[in-house]
Amino acid sequence: MSLLAHSLPALFAQAQAFTPPSGSEYMRILPELVLSVFGMIVMFVDPLLDENRSQKSLGTIALIGALAALASTFFTAQYPGSAFWNMVRVDGFSVFFHFLVIAIAAVVILSSYEYMAVQRIRAGEYYGLILFGTVGMCLMSSAVELVLIFIALEISSISTYVLAGFRRHEASSSESSLKYFLLGSFATAFFLYGVALMFGATGSTNIDAISHALHSGNVPVLAYVAVALMFVGLGFKVASAPFHVWTPDVYEGAPAPIVGLMSTGPKAAAFAVLLRVMFEINAPGRFWLIWVSAALSMTLGNLGALVQDNVKRLLAYSSIAHAGYLLIGFAVLRDFGTSTLGVSAAMFYTAAYAATNVGAFAVVSHFANAGEKYVTLEDYAGLGRRSPMLAATLAFFLMSLIGIPITGGFFAKFYVLSAALKADLVGLTIIGVLNSAVGAYYYLRIIVMMYMREPRGEVPVTSAPPATALAIAVCVLATLYLGVFPGRVLDLATQSASQLLRSATTIGATLPSSTGPAQ
Amino acid sequence: MNSESLSRIILTLVTFIPLAGSLLLLLIPRRDRDIKVFALVISLLSFVTSLHLPVHLHRNLAGFQFEIDKLWITSPNIHYHMGVDGVSVWLIVLTTFLTPLCVLISWTSIHERVKEFFILLLILETALIGVFTSLDLFLFYFFWEATLIPMALLIGMYGHGRRVYAAVKFFLYTMVASVFMLAAILWLYAKTGSFDFVTIQNAIRSGSVENFAAAAQWLFLGFFVAFAVKVPLFPLHTWLPDAHVEAPTAGSVLLAGVLLKMGTYGMLRFNLGLFPEQSRHNAPWIMVLALIGIIYGALVSLVQPNMKKLIAYSSVSHLGFVVLGIFSFTNAGLNGAVFVMLAHGVATGALFMLAGILYERRHTYEISDFGGLATPMPLYAAFFLFIVLASVGLPLLNGFIGEFLVLSGAFQARPIYGILGATGVIWSAGYLLWMYQRVFFGKVKHEVNKILPDLNVREKAALWPAAAMALLMGVAPILWLSSIDPAVQSALAPFAQLAAKVVGQ
Repeated sequence: MSLLAHSLPALFAQAQAFTPPSGSEYMRILPELVLSVFGMIVMFVDPLLDENRSQKSLGTIALIGALAALASTFFTAQYPGSAFWNMVRVDGFSVFFHFLVIAIAAVVILSSYEYMAVQRIRAGEYYGLILFGTVGMCLMSSAVELVLIFIALEISSISTYVLAGFRRHEASSSESSLKYFLLGSFATAFFLYGVALMFGATGSTNIDAISHALHSGNVPVLAYVAVALMFVGLGFKVASAPFHVWTPDVYEGAPAPIVGLMSTGPKAAAFAVLLRVMFEINAPGRFWLIWVSAALSMTLGNLGALVQDNVKRLLAYSSIAHAGYLLIGFAVLRDFGTSTLGVSAAMFYTAAYAATNVGAFAVVSHFANAGEKYVTLEDYAGLGRRSPMLAATLAFFLMSLIGIPITGGFFAKFYVLSAALKADLVGLTIIGVLNSAVGAYYYLRIIVMMYMREPRGEVPVTSAPPATALAIAVCVLATLYLGVFPGRVLDLATQSASQLLRSATTIGATLPSSTGPAQ
Repeated sequence: MNSESLSRIILTLVTFIPLAGSLLLLLIPRRDRDIKVFALVISLLSFVTSLHLPVHLHRNLAGFQFEIDKLWITSPNIHYHMGVDGVSVWLIVLTTFLTPLCVLISWTSIHERVKEFFILLLILETALIGVFTSLDLFLFYFFWEATLIPMALLIGMYGHGRRVYAAVKFFLYTMVASVFMLAAILWLYAKTGSFDFVTIQNAIRSGSVENFAAAAQWLFLGFFVAFAVKVPLFPLHTWLPDAHVEAPTAGSVLLAGVLLKMGTYGMLRFNLGLFPEQSRHNAPWIMVLALIGIIYGALVSLVQPNMKKLIAYSSVSHLGFVVLGIFSFTNAGLNGAVFVMLAHGVATGALFMLAGILYERRHTYEISDFGGLATPMPLYAAFFLFIVLASVGLPLLNGFIGEFLVLSGAFQARPIYGILGATGVIWSAGYLLWMYQRVFFGKVKHEVNKILPDLNVREKAALWPAAAMALLMGVAPILWLSSIDPAVQSALAPFAQLAAKVVGQ
């Protein structure tokens, strides 16, 4: 497999001289296989079960599937290397994101049990779609072939489009789904266009080959355009400004647990793609794209969140802002050492944000009650008194989003900002720091509502059933673990980041420092 | 356990006993009385434990003592590094001294969500002690931010009418200011690869920090803004009156008694310790702000109709003395500044307790609602007078020593600073004694005030220690100054060198 240029014709030539993939190659997509099989089981079993009683059993099958996939990730990690004609690569990086994405899916499934029952939504394909969507997200993190990345992106996107519209009898949910679908297809078209141009510029869609082509000679102008277009597509998926306008509406209408998934899973996967595309091919001209997008996302996200009265919308704007903080890690590029810092900081951030946000949405979806009636700030008044444990956990998640010590959110911001300072990005750091101060205000509004206002009688408060409580507990523990012992996860992220960058540097020349103007 | 092996873990114990107590409180059933007794026992236990520090402190050594240094997180390089010197040791004891009094004074005034109240109070105590023990900048920032949440919740959940406004204002003001400190800390880490205070200090002194000369002024300001808001230095003081007026009594006591000292302690430890040249360079305008604070705070106090607001503004004035003393860079000034911190903690803490006692009886802080209280409450009036005199700076009581030293330091720095600062002492006599006269002397104007009960046993138990301490500090200041002085001298060492350099040129 030492072909250097994996252009499409070469791929066809390979396909003609067909050698069946070996067993270890199947091991490298084991989690995806497990998830697909369980997804299909859910779909098969669904019509066989009594509609009214099938909810829990379908959820349980899906949960077992997710846990099995999580376990199989450990096996996959034993077989690092490429598979399927160099389209998939298992390395520390892909394992990290597999683990993260599948764990998110598992927790979301857990927190959906109660939600589906309370909202009286037929489970059916709901759990199946979560699993299939997760397959897409997993593939996104391990694919090293732009066409496969596009397909994976579509698999995950289409599942989420449908999931966003699952509260069928609510107009807002259909609006959410349609909006997400129309804008999302538009954005993926941009990505595809970028892929096509990249093929035109370098003669290949394989990341290694592109990286090699871009390093071996002059960088064609077309490549700059291609990178920008791909960034548009992925920027939409991670909800970074100026491609963020869909976020509040979609998050407001979609079912709350699904928002927990959407704001973390596909986002993490899209960040993984962005990291691979940007760093492994050492994308030309990326610095200012990312710089501007990061600064805009933080500022617009936080300013937008200041005036929200709906908790879901507020968290939607907050997720835009967090995409901005995360992008700071992407702007870091200097030499091998600092880039590693930047990539690992970004990876840690996705993990910490996922743990926090999935938990926050689990609490929100529990409070929302039938028909998601209670999602405004006013409804949270006095919850600290009426439901002390849940309010305390939500307050804990909000503190993590603010970035207060002993929470994962603190170290996430901390690593990203210190990586940025190491690379002398003082301007971006100051924007980030100021923004995190602004951000404190609106998270605090929720805490103030819960603890310092008198409770309102008409809002029903129920205690959380075991599944929801377990989901929330997992998120609290994960957030706390990342906040007190961040070392383990950061080490993992650093190892895989240096793997990622080393493969970039060995294929291409050394990282040229000219791509990123220092400030 | 012998004292040698205790010394090795003493700082961990002192810092975390209250936190452990608050975790145990979580498990105790909601019987208010048990909770209060337990909180009192825990706070007394941590006071007794903390006394180990001044007793076994080697007074003539300048460096940090009782050090603990363990690796916490490898990347970034964060250590669990704690240690104290002659300055921080007394601030720790001040914290542990005031907390049991806070528990006593909240005994009946807090009647709902009692469990949460004492849990928050004990968490706050741990965070406050942690600020004074940390020698790792990261750990310091961690505790610094950690004080914010329990304090804001105490104000917001148990305060008076505009409590939510006050809590949010307090939180945002200090949070926004401290992110600048975080940025400065991150910069230092990025350039030195360490969060350790001593390591960074040595790196700066040896000139091995890249780009330091260009960034130093900004770093100084980053730290300074965070501290100046906490102090609070004029014109960043506007959160303080709101927070004080709305806070429950125990909140006010810890806020005025300890929280404000975090700011001045930070200036002394970090601004002077890490950036001596920038401190000297910026001292003129800082001292002017401190003087404005002294005089402005006093003048505003003079016209306050609300007793608690009056005490709050008097804190602005007194803390101005501390800043003045610190930035005079004289031995007397710094010794005095530290002593004022401690004296103000005891005296103002006691004043807030006294105001709280009156509020429990009458549910008002308005001075015009009282008058002639000396007749129905003679013992209360006597305590009040004693504390007022201590606060005013009567010789033989604790306020005098500190202010005298600060002013003599300010005179050495520049006579006009001393002269202007000295007027602050006169003003403080004015507003406190005038308030005292309006509240206690004359005829009882309001019928309800005629039957006010005097202090009960619990209130006496809360006030006696404070009064005794005010007297002891005034009579035997050497007990404190003998350990403060070596620490202050080592903080001043780089300034002596700087001065020598200037003279040498």
